[in-house]
Amino acid sequence: MTVHEYLEANGIAGISGVDTRAITRRIRSTGVMMGAIVQGDDTAAANTVLKAAQWYGDHDWVEEVATEEEFDWNGDGTTGTRPAEELIIRSQRAGVETEVNDRNRPLRIAVIDFGVKWNILRSMMARNCQVKVFPCDVTASEVRSFNPDGIVLSPGPGDPAVLDGPVETIRDLSDLNGDGAKSIPTLGICLGHQLVARALGADTFMLHFGHRGGNQPVQDVRTGRVYVTAHNHGYAVDPDRLPKRPGVRVTHINLNDNTVEGLADETHNIMTIQFHSEASPGPHDSEMIFDEFVAAVKQHFNSK
Amino acid sequence: MPRNEQLKKVLVIGSGPIVIGQAAEFDYAGTQACKSLREEGVEVVLVNSNPATIMTDEDVADRVYIEPLTVPVIQRIIERENPDGILGTLGGQTGLNLTVELEEAGALKDVVVMGTKTESIRKAEDRELFASFMEEIGEPISYGIAVTTIDAAEKAAEEIGYPIVVRPAYTLGGTGGGVANDVDELREIAESGLAASLVGQVLIERSLLGWKEIEYEVMRDSAGNVITVCNMENFDPMGVHTGDSIVVAPSQTLTDKDYQRLRTAALHIIDGLKIEGGCNVQFAYRPGKEVGEQLGEGSRYDDDGPMYYVIEVNPRVSRSSALASKATGYPIARVAAKVALGLHLDEISNVVTGKTRAAFEPALDYCVAKIPRWPFDKFGGGDRSLGTQMKATGEVMAIDRSFEAALMKAIRSLEDGKRSLRWEDPEWRNNGLPDVDLSGDDMRLWKLAFRLRTGSTPEELTLTTGIDLWFTRSLARIVDMERRLRESEYLSADLLWDAKRIGLTDEDIAEFSDLGLAERVREMRRDLGIVPVYKMVDTCAGEFEATTPYFYSTYEEENEAEPIGVDSAIVIGSGPIRIGQGIEFDYCSVHAAWALQSEGIRAVMINSNPETVSTDFDTSDRLYFEPLDDESVRDIIDNEMGNGATKSDTAVPPKIVVQFGGQTAINLSQSLNAAGLQDLILGSDPDVIDNATDRGRFEQLAASNGLPLPPGGTATNTETALALADNLGYPVLVRPSYVLGGRAMEIVDNSSELERYFNRALRAAPGQTILVDRYFQGIEVEVDAVCDGQDVLIPGVMQHIERAGVHSGDSFAVYPAIWLSGDEIETIVDYTRRIGRMLNVRGLMNIQYVITGGGTYRSNATDPGRSDADVDDSETFIIEVNPRSSRTIPFISKVTGIPMIKIATQVMLGKQLRDLEWGTGLMPRKDLVAVKAPVFSMSKLTSVDTFLGPEMKSTGEVMGIDRSYVPAVTKALIASSHSIDRDDNVLLSIADSAKPDAERLVRILGDNGHTIYATSGTASFVKSLGYPVIEVERLLSSNKANVVTVINDGIVQAVVNVPTGGRAAEQDGFYIRRAAVERRIPCFTSIDTARCAVEAVYATNTTANSDGGINVMTLSEYVSG
Repeated sequence: MTVHEYLEANGIAGISGVDTRAITRRIRSTGVMMGAIVQGDDTAAANTVLKAAQWYGDHDWVEEVATEEEFDWNGDGTTGTRPAEELIIRSQRAGVETEVNDRNRPLRIAVIDFGVKWNILRSMMARNCQVKVFPCDVTASEVRSFNPDGIVLSPGPGDPAVLDGPVETIRDLSDLNGDGAKSIPTLGICLGHQLVARALGADTFMLHFGHRGGNQPVQDVRTGRVYVTAHNHGYAVDPDRLPKRPGVRVTHINLNDNTVEGLADETHNIMTIQFHSEASPGPHDSEMIFDEFVAAVKQHFNSK
Repeated sequence: MPRNEQLKKVLVIGSGPIVIGQAAEFDYAGTQACKSLREEGVEVVLVNSNPATIMTDEDVADRVYIEPLTVPVIQRIIERENPDGILGTLGGQTGLNLTVELEEAGALKDVVVMGTKTESIRKAEDRELFASFMEEIGEPISYGIAVTTIDAAEKAAEEIGYPIVVRPAYTLGGTGGGVANDVDELREIAESGLAASLVGQVLIERSLLGWKEIEYEVMRDSAGNVITVCNMENFDPMGVHTGDSIVVAPSQTLTDKDYQRLRTAALHIIDGLKIEGGCNVQFAYRPGKEVGEQLGEGSRYDDDGPMYYVIEVNPRVSRSSALASKATGYPIARVAAKVALGLHLDEISNVVTGKTRAAFEPALDYCVAKIPRWPFDKFGGGDRSLGTQMKATGEVMAIDRSFEAALMKAIRSLEDGKRSLRWEDPEWRNNGLPDVDLSGDDMRLWKLAFRLRTGSTPEELTLTTGIDLWFTRSLARIVDMERRLRESEYLSADLLWDAKRIGLTDEDIAEFSDLGLAERVREMRRDLGIVPVYKMVDTCAGEFEATTPYFYSTYEEENEAEPIGVDSAIVIGSGPIRIGQGIEFDYCSVHAAWALQSEGIRAVMINSNPETVSTDFDTSDRLYFEPLDDESVRDIIDNEMGNGATKSDTAVPPKIVVQFGGQTAINLSQSLNAAGLQDLILGSDPDVIDNATDRGRFEQLAASNGLPLPPGGTATNTETALALADNLGYPVLVRPSYVLGGRAMEIVDNSSELERYFNRALRAAPGQTILVDRYFQGIEVEVDAVCDGQDVLIPGVMQHIERAGVHSGDSFAVYPAIWLSGDEIETIVDYTRRIGRMLNVRGLMNIQYVITGGGTYRSNATDPGRSDADVDDSETFIIEVNPRSSRTIPFISKVTGIPMIKIATQVMLGKQLRDLEWGTGLMPRKDLVAVKAPVFSMSKLTSVDTFLGPEMKSTGEVMGIDRSYVPAVTKALIASSHSIDRDDNVLLSIADSAKPDAERLVRILGDNGHTIYATSGTASFVKSLGYPVIEVERLLSSNKANVVTVINDGIVQAVVNVPTGGRAAEQDGFYIRRAAVERRIPCFTSIDTARCAVEAVYATNTTANSDGGINVMTLSEYVSG
């Protein structure tokens, strides 16, 4: 199947034969902009389309891409349930050490879907966690009723500033209004990271042009180590307006433009990354973030 | 971590002479590293034996030693300089090995080994250490086991697993190996392999034939940060050495999962090895079954088992890293040098963007293709098959926005007789189509296109060759474009645009369409505005603004290379490294750029060779990485003139410099002339080149100016030639009129040889003109000079050790000409001045003279400086004049301290020599002697005969320098692996005609107790001189010790085999010479070199220091002392 045939079969518009580098350079200097794909040289038609279109940032894209119903991750995108026991048996058969807690059940991870990528779910399952995916408008109490040991806030499209509901949910789940005693260990990825930042009281802003691609250098400022990571975001956490909360600190920065790439709030058991540890496609350099998160979840659970 | 402040003075080891497998890329890497270290305030001490390098310039390193690269020599430099650190990982395998050997010799007790530690180097280089390390970290490897018996072969095969490749070590012609699928086949193949091997050894390897070969260029710093600079994919699957493979960057046929799997493995390996700097990891990779299913029956991709094997890890900067640097813009050597100082990747800036850091991975928004440049145009008789032994002398790279266009540009860049992809060997069609052999050789690319043109499908070709379907389909798209052009009634604008986009040349299009002439396609393009735009190589695919002016052409919309708009000059580079046109010309191009800049003129470089300093991003003000052909050079000129994609009224027409890029640039001057651009050419008029190279015109001019040429004439048929030769007297020198530099040139001793030469030459090119000249067996003298049309400046006169007849590039050259008389020198200076004026040369010229009389060899150490009375029968003739830079420019510039390129550039810009600071005429001789010696790569080229003649065969050069001749020549002999030891046994086999000249050689050997082995005639000659001799059989079939067995069994350590001169009679000598090459012992085919080598051992006036070692000094100490 050619690319053309694939796009046609899936009803996706494509373009070819354009000077893509010229487009890149235009965006680099002018900044991100709305675009239209039209046939032929009809600029008037293109302008009509563009004028009618809603500004990207004003639209709630999350709603469009996230799941409407909660579901248990089954490993292949089909919904359904997989009992905890089966997970343990499967991993024992495979000779893998099962990531169970001292009460002998798999860790339960609630994933809030803002446009989740399956490889996040796969990555959690590969660490023998039981994964349940919730829609973006899930309430904190609905999540808590699953009794999760950890929470993953997924990536997703659009401006985090329009997503006030999830920010409230996060405040509750991380006990941000309290002392953290009721917080559930949370990993925020990309949009999830930005939403956590908002919940903590930080602001986000639109980048002149987004971070894209699989070659972005991110430094863990705690160790000095640099990881090559995959990025796909047009908004970022404003480093100049970080909340003055004790325990909150920047853990990762981007070496290209020094933007915030990760936050931690130890009091409230929060770690976030702006980049994609689950990248597929993309480099696997930062996969250990999932190990760190699962270890933190496990430790938190065992200490309860 | 900030840089290690303990490292104030650092010794950098260069890679020595250019040989196959280790070429100009290490001058590029070393130069960049030296600059990078000096940026950090480090004092750089450099040692390299190769004078034709930028890195050995005083501008690049603080203290430069041009000395042999041996442990004792470097030890002496360390004693003298007391460096704090040593950096060997930028000097190729030579630098790496020397670092390890120096440490083992205890020479580095007070010196820090910078970058990757020797322990890590050993782990990567030692087969067993490597195997156990890889097992430890869980990476699968494929390795070979060398065995000497069939039983051991069987055992090795068990260990590795079938199918097995059996490869005989050291064969004449690479025969006797094969693939064994089971033990019976193995026994059979191993038996023939063991018999074919000169050393009775075969290598047992896992067969990975048809697997993909993928390379990753990776970096690691001392903190453990790891990045991938680039990955590259070989068009040719496993089985062909990566240096002999067509390579694309980035990989084109890997899915993200494949890519990341291998990337993660590469990073895993360098982290495990604790590499500090650059490293190269090669993988064999097998696509999954789904690809096999697509291909159907016969696919190799249907097995279970590992997806990849690690083939090789190079714990250093390599040829591939030079390619990766040029392909991405990421300066690997610069960063590696800083990492070696202790800096971390995030502390090093990305100089391309000026804003980001070295800790990132370049993004490519284009495709890069590399094609090797093989020497088979020189070595017609050589074995052209490609395998695990690299044979290419150089390579070209091209960049475009599609693989097809990049590949097509790379083909143009080869400069192989204007051969584009449409070229076909006429034999192919005659031989019947399916019979074209598609196993790896240098013609495979053209054969594939031919097969596609004659009805094969990409799928068929992929099944036959293992080349990925994506590549064969790309070739099919190009061939399909050819068909569209042929079948269309007329050339429409759309069709022309499509054809240019896919990379067809104007000539191709003219050929396939109805336009006929390339010039008409060009006109049509100009009228339709179908002109290339130039895009920037910026490491980041346009994401960040970059300042590096590094461009490639493509047929798209936006032009990023606006005309410079101020005074500029385009330096035409010299293209791929090949025999006869090596790194020396890149040296000249780089200096030309620098000289222009210091005159306030922007330097614009065009070159196609990724290995070079000239194509480094900061050498010139603007770099066009483009083929050096008529079409692309004229497109660039148009672009700079504001007549290309960007129209500009304010563009300032660039000047063009053609004198420094070897024959490549000179050839272009003719077409620039034809295009009416001659006024832009700086320096000598294109007419000067015609006058110098057109035999008839030059002869007339010379005669009217009273300048003597060897008597001769021209012939277009055998009868005329025979009559001419009879008249002149044998031997005669014959060559086609259209070539320079010794191609197809021969010395012919008699009429039957002359007939043979003519028959062959006229069959190859009917009607061509052949020059027939009297051949003088005199002393060859060489002069480089700058001429301003009036005065000349001659930095020095060089004299060759070998008599005229051996190509100047293969000769030992001595500066100053210590054995010439004052009168002879004066004559040469006078002739040189007169030739310069006569031709109206403005810029450089190189002249070769032959001096007859006074013997062919004015020996030696003992009697330099003859009186005029000894040479009163001396006569001087002009052999060749080249109005351009030459191979000896770097050498003569360095040893005399006269910056020839700088002066030539000033003259070309209109200055007069008498107004410059250097003076005119012959410069006073320096108080030193320097000897330039050739270096050959013959062990890499099976079935190539090694005897020296008028055709050049060497790939590189070294220099020995000292206060006097003997230590200087001794250094040159050591550095070029020509030296003879006092206890060596020597095999002599000398033609009758050379025996009189061999007397002195035999006497020195005999008087000093060397055991002499000789073939029958030579043995009688040795006996007649009163020395004992052991006679050996010439016949290989003999059971007794024969000429080859005494070499293979290690009985003799040096060989002198002087052939009769002509080519035909020399087949039995061929085996002697090849055997010596395979055993890597010196083999002298010129009696003069042999005498020189032996005399050097026993000369009395040696100035070596008391313990017998050699003295070392920096170049500037010699030159100014």
